[in-house]
Amino acid sequence: MSHSPILEVDNLSLEFHTDGRTVYALDKVSFNLARGETLSLVGESGCGKSVTAMAVMGLLPKGNARITSGNIRLAGTDLVGMPERQMQAIRGNRIGMVFQDPMSSLNPVHTIGMQIAEAVQRHKHVSRHDAWARARQMLDLVRIPDAGSRLTAYPHELSGGQRQRVMIAMALACDPELLIADEPTTALDVTVQAQILELIADLKTELGMSVLLITHDLGVVAATADRMMVMYAGRIVEEGPVERIFARPSHGYTAGLLRSLPGHESQRRGVLTEIAGTVPRLDRPVEGCVYAPRCAFAEAGCGAPLPPARQIEAGHRSACIREAAVFAEMSNNEIVRSWA
Amino acid sequence: MSVIETHRTAPSPVSRWLDYARRNPATVICCALLLAFLLIAIFAPLLAGDPLKINPALRLKPPSDDAIWGRDHLGRDVFARAIYGTRVSMLVGFSVAILVTLFGVAIGVYAGLSPIGGAVVMRLTDAMMAIPAVLLAIAFASLMNAGLLTVIIAITIPEVPRMVRLVRSVVLGVRQQLHVTAAISIGTSGLPLVWRHILPNTLGPVLVQATYACASAIIASAVLSFLGVGLSPEVPSWGGMMADARQQFRIHPILMLYPGVLLSLLVLAVNILGDRLSDALDQRKSRRSGL
Repeated sequence: MSHSPILEVDNLSLEFHTDGRTVYALDKVSFNLARGETLSLVGESGCGKSVTAMAVMGLLPKGNARITSGNIRLAGTDLVGMPERQMQAIRGNRIGMVFQDPMSSLNPVHTIGMQIAEAVQRHKHVSRHDAWARARQMLDLVRIPDAGSRLTAYPHELSGGQRQRVMIAMALACDPELLIADEPTTALDVTVQAQILELIADLKTELGMSVLLITHDLGVVAATADRMMVMYAGRIVEEGPVERIFARPSHGYTAGLLRSLPGHESQRRGVLTEIAGTVPRLDRPVEGCVYAPRCAFAEAGCGAPLPPARQIEAGHRSACIREAAVFAEMSNNEIVRSWA
Repeated sequence: MSVIETHRTAPSPVSRWLDYARRNPATVICCALLLAFLLIAIFAPLLAGDPLKINPALRLKPPSDDAIWGRDHLGRDVFARAIYGTRVSMLVGFSVAILVTLFGVAIGVYAGLSPIGGAVVMRLTDAMMAIPAVLLAIAFASLMNAGLLTVIIAITIPEVPRMVRLVRSVVLGVRQQLHVTAAISIGTSGLPLVWRHILPNTLGPVLVQATYACASAIIASAVLSFLGVGLSPEVPSWGGMMADARQQFRIHPILMLYPGVLLSLLVLAVNILGDRLSDALDQRKSRRSGL
């Protein structure tokens, strides 16, 4: 049992219904997250990264989000269609979540000690006093100096980085098996970003949990994740170990992302490379490759219904039928060469 | 700038208070006024004689030592009636503000969290708000027995929908805030979620609206007394005094002026404090005025 994945998402499709319009937000998303692993979900804004996280947490608006197929299994238990009351017992207890904006993810009217203790008291049958002791312990764990006196601080008295540490303390207060970090460093200064990522990596090892790290920053992925998934328009287009994907990008979109990274010798002080076009509106199901209209490698076959994702090598899958051409083109890329 | 300030020794509470008073004279004056009215209402028996004693021989007598604001058409002490009238106004104003807040917040939070219940509640408030508040209050007052409680209830009912709408719209906004999602993500739900994470963040606008409800309740109670609905005529109230004075308006306009000025002062003080409160709770404005 302990070798089975902590999180299995299988064939998950999800739609939003608003004002008679349907948005196909996730299309047959499947992935596994092993125990003790950091898996990164990469993609641009609106590609479905956060929706995936919210679906796992059961935080999607009930009125208009509908899971049309698939399962989300936490240690073997399906979370799709689980009664709200059972879901509440899982949130914060077995899955913790850290959000993008630490400036607004803490309640301004309560002290941080109270907010961490609330998480403890909600799930563990402990006294108020013990919950506060745990809160203090958590502040120590997330390396907030002088934890004892900071317990009674209000969120506005803390910096962005400290607030994110408090948010992490809240998410981890009940020792969850899985931490979902939804762009945890996007709103922070670059120097603070590194500290927070390091903290998450350290805590992962210390507490033996698994991390689903959602980001749009390939640098973050390279620094922290074991495996990565590239997501585009609600689909996972490439998946594999981080070093394999950087060394052998096998999807037109992954190639586009890598080429957009600034700071190559070729484009120093030059124009930044971008991916032409915009993300498609997901208001109708797409048969072929969703990325084809923007893809530099696209050919006629890309519009046809896609074959199942092909295995590039063990653990490395790509949905791209032009993966050979992509790699041939990318093998001269500076980043790819540095990882090869 | 904050660096400089932290190095300066903290000013004493008194000098900070004086500094505040110098920068916000209107707030301080209104607070003092409200406090004065409150003290007058509480200590009315010490300040004035019997407001009920009728003395036809002395009717419409001009100001004298035993009745410094003169006497009305039944020979009653106008000053005593004005002083005791403060009680009715304050009692009605504050009771209505508290009741409106309690009911308005409870119903408003429900309406903000339950989509179907919310729609029903909103249509009901729409219907109630289509009828002028005073008209509705008169209708309710005439349905019940005369008395202070009747007046309070009759004024509260038409005030509640306004509060409900406000609370609902604030709750709809707060519910979307990330910290509420974060609270749900640690497993908080149900009543604790509402009580700890949604309610406290609606407090600012609710407080401001409560002051406006208080002011409008004071006016409404005067209107009801003036029209002779609700309180029985011998009970001293500013509205009732104005109704009595109306018959003598040509000859003794001053009798109308006393309760009128007091009413205006009280309502003005409450309203200005409400405005100041709303400014103080608005982060951007309060930073500018250094509150």
